[in-house]
Amino acid sequence: MAESSTAAATGQAVHAHHEELGFWRTYVFSTDHKMIGRQFLFLGLFMMVLGGLLALMLRWQLAWPETQIPGLGWVPEPFMYDGAMGPEFYNAVFTMHATIMIFFVVMPILVGCFGNFLIPLMIGARDMAFPVLNMLSFWVGVVAGVVMLAGFFVPGGHAAGGWTAYAPLTAVPQYTGVHSGQNLWIISLMILGISSLMGSINYITTIINMRAPGMTFFRLPLVIWSLFIVAILLLLALPVLTSALAMLLFDRTLGTSFFLPAGGGEPLRWQHLFWFFGHPEVYILILPAMGVTSDILAVFARKPIFGYRAMAFSMIALAFLSWVVWGHHMFQSGMNPALGTGFMISTMVIAVPSAIKTFNWLGTLWGGNIHFKTAMLHALAFVSMFVIGGLSGIFMASTPVDIFIHDTYFIVAHIHYVVFGGSVFGLFAAIYYWFPKMFGRMMNEPLGKIHFFATFIAYNCTFFPMHILGVGGMMRRIYNPMQYEFLQPLQPINVFITWGAIGLGLAQIPFVINFFWSLFAGKKAERNPWKANTLEWVAASPPPHGNFDAIPVVHRGPYEYSSPEVTEDYLPQDRQLGPQRVATAH
Amino acid sequence: MMNWLPENVSTYGGEVDSLFYLIYYITGATFILVMVTLLAFLVLYRRREGRRATYSHGNTTLEIIWTVVPAIILVVLSFMSQASWARIKSHAPPGDVEVQVTSKQFNWEMLYPGPDGKFGTADDLMLENELHVPVGKIVRVHLRSKDVIHSFFLPNLRLKQDSVPGREILAWFEATKPGKYEIPCAELCGFGHSGMKGWLTVHPADEYEKWVKERWPSS
Repeated sequence: MAESSTAAATGQAVHAHHEELGFWRTYVFSTDHKMIGRQFLFLGLFMMVLGGLLALMLRWQLAWPETQIPGLGWVPEPFMYDGAMGPEFYNAVFTMHATIMIFFVVMPILVGCFGNFLIPLMIGARDMAFPVLNMLSFWVGVVAGVVMLAGFFVPGGHAAGGWTAYAPLTAVPQYTGVHSGQNLWIISLMILGISSLMGSINYITTIINMRAPGMTFFRLPLVIWSLFIVAILLLLALPVLTSALAMLLFDRTLGTSFFLPAGGGEPLRWQHLFWFFGHPEVYILILPAMGVTSDILAVFARKPIFGYRAMAFSMIALAFLSWVVWGHHMFQSGMNPALGTGFMISTMVIAVPSAIKTFNWLGTLWGGNIHFKTAMLHALAFVSMFVIGGLSGIFMASTPVDIFIHDTYFIVAHIHYVVFGGSVFGLFAAIYYWFPKMFGRMMNEPLGKIHFFATFIAYNCTFFPMHILGVGGMMRRIYNPMQYEFLQPLQPINVFITWGAIGLGLAQIPFVINFFWSLFAGKKAERNPWKANTLEWVAASPPPHGNFDAIPVVHRGPYEYSSPEVTEDYLPQDRQLGPQRVATAH
Repeated sequence: MMNWLPENVSTYGGEVDSLFYLIYYITGATFILVMVTLLAFLVLYRRREGRRATYSHGNTTLEIIWTVVPAIILVVLSFMSQASWARIKSHAPPGDVEVQVTSKQFNWEMLYPGPDGKFGTADDLMLENELHVPVGKIVRVHLRSKDVIHSFFLPNLRLKQDSVPGREILAWFEATKPGKYEIPCAELCGFGHSGMKGWLTVHPADEYEKWVKERWPSS
């Protein structure tokens, strides 16, 4: 690697002697955590384009029902009729939009990409504990993606039972008319579960065993805390999903009756199992974005994070509580209403750690010296949008209010404020912030700001009015709102939302240009362009195989910004202060 | 935002709506508070050359305050919600009118027990997607499903209850105003989910008598 010469100049280059690996071992079947991280990033970004286009098809149908979608006249029947969507295909499209965005965009990018890329670099390790397992985790994920996409091309079309796949609708092929599409959906998620399991074991082992000297748990950056907690959640939650999926597959293909009352099964069993996985899953999606935001806010406010331990403990609290709130998805399901009361209380309680985090982020900004870089703007968007997503959750936590808004667009608005307003802004923040370390070049700031403001405005135009649709009673997952008299007056809002969504799609063009242009022609990045404290900025940009010239020794926590001990406004974790300074500190 | 709610015509709908308003005001005030603080900080503490950020790791008193205050508000909200929840979903009052509603892809079957008040007898009457009830009377709905899960949604009556195959779920309402209201299905139930709807007709007392007489002349 080109960096090995500079590495040798600054210290002993332990790994400089490694032999050149061929193309396949470097770029395809790489065991280097940084390459695997980049691979997850490209997988996620590719899937994001696909998931976004599916969303635009949904929005077109909702604004101008059963009219021709421009450019889609070639799609054959029975999916589309001369470019207009049929209801079966519409159901498959929203099922796949959610499935792709959750399992193949947010998880691969926030957990797969940044987990892989950041954990060894930020804890001061040369690689993951199990590099081959790491490679397998990515390629098993690719197999899952291929199986998932194959579902679009099988007779009967793709899974059309929603991403929540409620049985019995999904348990008997005749109920949806979908045969192998739903089976492939199930098998794909089982394979993806194996991929995530390999990843999470690796993350946990690496963080526990491979921290650099001096890197205690309470000196870990919060993003590493978040990824550590997420890995534990994945390890515990995914087996539940996998076993539920296996039962569903058996019901569909082997004639069992886990979820079918005619054979003695119980339909609600699916919902209990799915949401027992599904609610920790929500925190799997949001916790890494919280960690990313915490790190970026501190760096660009040039201030220590406000209440570091409270931030770490509130994430642990969220992780614990996420196991006892699943029933709030089932208030109207026919589950005993007394059980609903218990889940309402646990759900109200889980809002408290989220509130702590929000106020601590505000506290971090207080008295800062705030640099408005693109990464920072996205992190600030995360905070403000997460506030909306968190507050709207209180409506549905209240069981009587949930009677009305359950299964309406209020829920759709809520999930998008959490997963787009939260996770996706967090994901963009992370890309803008770590791009220099990942690819050795800076992204373009003006283009980044255009992307940010266009996205932020279009995003709110798209998702905020969905709260109003929900309050108006519009059900989610309906193909044509004009079939209902009470929804017809709301139709102009649907049209407005669709224009917002089209704008949101167009707003991503500057990002794509910026990303690929910067990849090849961006300004060369120095080691520490943001003047940050954490260990990844000690390594070269991009770090060579083995990451560090010498394993750094950690002397302090990750957020010593504007410390009175030094004249600069940052104090890297590995910097050893002179003896007289140490003396005054005692 | 409030006038977007469909007109409420049920006895307990007012409770649901006032909880909605209450949460709306609490969350709205919180949102404004957080946003104003955030924007103020962004302006006040924007980057200026030569200035140094305050070196602070936190403040335990402040953190305790903003942990305890939301916790108290949320617990109080839970208790306020609980009373209405129990009234609407746990303790159905004795019914003046009993009807069995069975969902199937993609219709609502409304079964009336007839003058004998018993389901499964010769005088039962089944109507597709039409539910007729008197105003000001307690209607008990025995929800069943033939195939998949559906959800019986009466937007104007603030009632939603999933119907689940293999079990019977009891729901109830009391309408306060005559009229025709839509009954959409709120749970994805297949390709015909969109458009699966019935009509609830709430009759004034005399009109309902007439409707019953026409159906069961002997009674």
